Amino acid sequence: MFKLTDDRSKKGTPLAKVVMQTLSDVMNSDDKVVFLEADLAGASSSTIIQKDHPDRFIQVGIAEANMIGTAAGLSVEGFKPFVHTFGPFATRRVYDQLYLSGAYAHNTINVYGSDPGFCTGPNGGTHTTWEDVALMRAMPTAVVCDAADAVQLEWIVRKFATMQGIHYFRANRKDVRNVYAEGSTFELGKGNVLKEGKDVLIITAGQIVSDALDAAEKLEAEGISAEVIDMFTIKPLDADLILSEVKGKKAVVTFENHSIIGGLGSAVAEVLAEHAIAVPFKRHGANDVFGQVASQEWLQKEFKLTADDLIETVKGLL
Amino acid sequence: MDKVELKELTLLAAKIRKDVLELLKHRGYGHLGGSMSIVELMAVLYGKQLRIDPSNPQWEDRDMVVLSKGHSGPAWYSALAEKGYFPKEKLMTLNDGGTMLPSHPDRTKTPGVDMTTGSLGQGTSAAAGIAYGQKLKGQDRYTYLIVGDGELNEGQCWEAFMLIAARKLNNCIVIIDDNKRQLDGYTKDILNPFDFEAKMKAFGFDLVQKVKGTDIEAISDAIDKAKAHKDGANAIILDGIKGAGVKYFEELKSNHSVKFNNDEINKAADDAIAELAEFIEKEEA
Ligand SMILES: Cc1ncc(C[n+]2csc(CCOP(=O)(O)OP(=O)(O)O)c2C)c(N)n1
Ligand SMILES: [Mg+2]
Repeated sequence: MFKLTDDRSKKGTPLAKVVMQTLSDVMNSDDKVVFLEADLAGASSSTIIQKDHPDRFIQVGIAEANMIGTAAGLSVEGFKPFVHTFGPFATRRVYDQLYLSGAYAHNTINVYGSDPGFCTGPNGGTHTTWEDVALMRAMPTAVVCDAADAVQLEWIVRKFATMQGIHYFRANRKDVRNVYAEGSTFELGKGNVLKEGKDVLIITAGQIVSDALDAAEKLEAEGISAEVIDMFTIKPLDADLILSEVKGKKAVVTFENHSIIGGLGSAVAEVLAEHAIAVPFKRHGANDVFGQVASQEWLQKEFKLTADDLIETVKGLL
Repeated sequence: MDKVELKELTLLAAKIRKDVLELLKHRGYGHLGGSMSIVELMAVLYGKQLRIDPSNPQWEDRDMVVLSKGHSGPAWYSALAEKGYFPKEKLMTLNDGGTMLPSHPDRTKTPGVDMTTGSLGQGTSAAAGIAYGQKLKGQDRYTYLIVGDGELNEGQCWEAFMLIAARKLNNCIVIIDDNKRQLDGYTKDILNPFDFEAKMKAFGFDLVQKVKGTDIEAISDAIDKAKAHKDGANAIILDGIKGAGVKYFEELKSNHSVKFNNDEINKAADDAIAELAEFIEKEEA
């Protein structure tokens, strides 16, 4: 069961730190969990694991494809590898290793792709991933999550550590605003209705869940009742929830820090179309563009991924 | 190298190093270590060795530079600005929204930048392809590939090296910035590279030269020799120090990407900038 936080203006622990602290804790009781890093320990806080579990911290150097292949081999030997690198190197750059040595061979690899979309900030366009969800959705059997905040991210990491298969999660390295109260629990493959509403259904995921909630509150003040779903598991998608919540709505908007091609928006569109649900619908996300360099805040505005931008989309649809 | 030329290149190196420090301090953070260790190389390339026309960046007969260790863009941008590819004021826009100078080089944004890099390893293959293209066109042009010692962890680099050697792409001059460190620490601790010289030779590079990374004359001589060596692959190893040129940064425990967020580091940068400014003024007088 989840509970919303009392104060959405507060930020939690930096997300990379959440991942590494949680994993270090998991590794205390599960000696099958191993961690692989590709020369980004200083950037990802996995120095925590290096210190706590030096024998199961595997530094592979700047060699992401080799990291995934090595993780697959460790899986063959019964280990449960977690790996980290920046989103583009965790997906685009190693797709075939993940696909074949990983998914196709029925191995277990848990992948943390950090700094998705505009979160790449000063690393710029070369490091921007607005296609990682699309890629990972297309990989048979892979599970794909986009964490809303620190509480949810910790839950995802603990959950993945108990499972077998290819699991991808994307999250900023920095701290993000809280959505959930401490101690909240979730269900993999189940979306969460964070706010009820009757006019428009907003389906979102990742750290911009906070912005979607801001938008919904502002819309409410203007007399537009918006429902917000946190669809943190993008695959497998909670189609039942979409089908039940779309009933009676005048419009549906998806809101994601990802390309509108192949991500959450596409996944929701597939469900609506296959159930012949004719409702005004809009995918709000990165619109078939490359990323660029600037601060995260600047990029979020530039690529129109703020609460105000979402409000505009909702109004345009109603 | 004659005295006048050495003096000129030393001056250019001082200007580039000062620019790097100024622009990173202005930005408040950035990839300092790997930028500093290629300052002298940039001075030799842009002050002497490259056939280029800064007023015509797309000149068909130009030599090419591929900075595969793309995060060291600040050193490249400083060299380009010193040569007049764009106004020096632009340096201060590094990483600003809409800038022409992103943290990682982008051939669609910056005059003088011919290949986009930032995902380590990829520039090596691109350089091989550019050099191949130059040969196919029957041109007498050179491509200078600058690759990091940590970057050499990437298997792709070695795939590119095999192609360069097997096809005798002598015009692709491979320059390894052996500054001994990568992001998480010393290369020998992260993924021991053992002996780059022996490795390059084993990969079929028959002219492998090792020179001190800050020795302008030695770097330039090595490039002369590589250019003259036409029937095989050429590699130059810069035996250097990450953060080179400023003792404080050379000794800083973590000098890959630094944050200018305390008095000590700001003073170290300010002192170095002042010292370089004084040197430049004296030399120019
Ligand atoms: C494929 C890829 N993996 C990881 C990174 C992140 N990264 C940027 S620089 C760097 C270390 C580079 O070390 P080195 O090549 O030795 O460069 P230098 O010492 O000259 O800075 C890392 C891991 C990257 N840019 N690309
Ligand atoms: Mg290095």
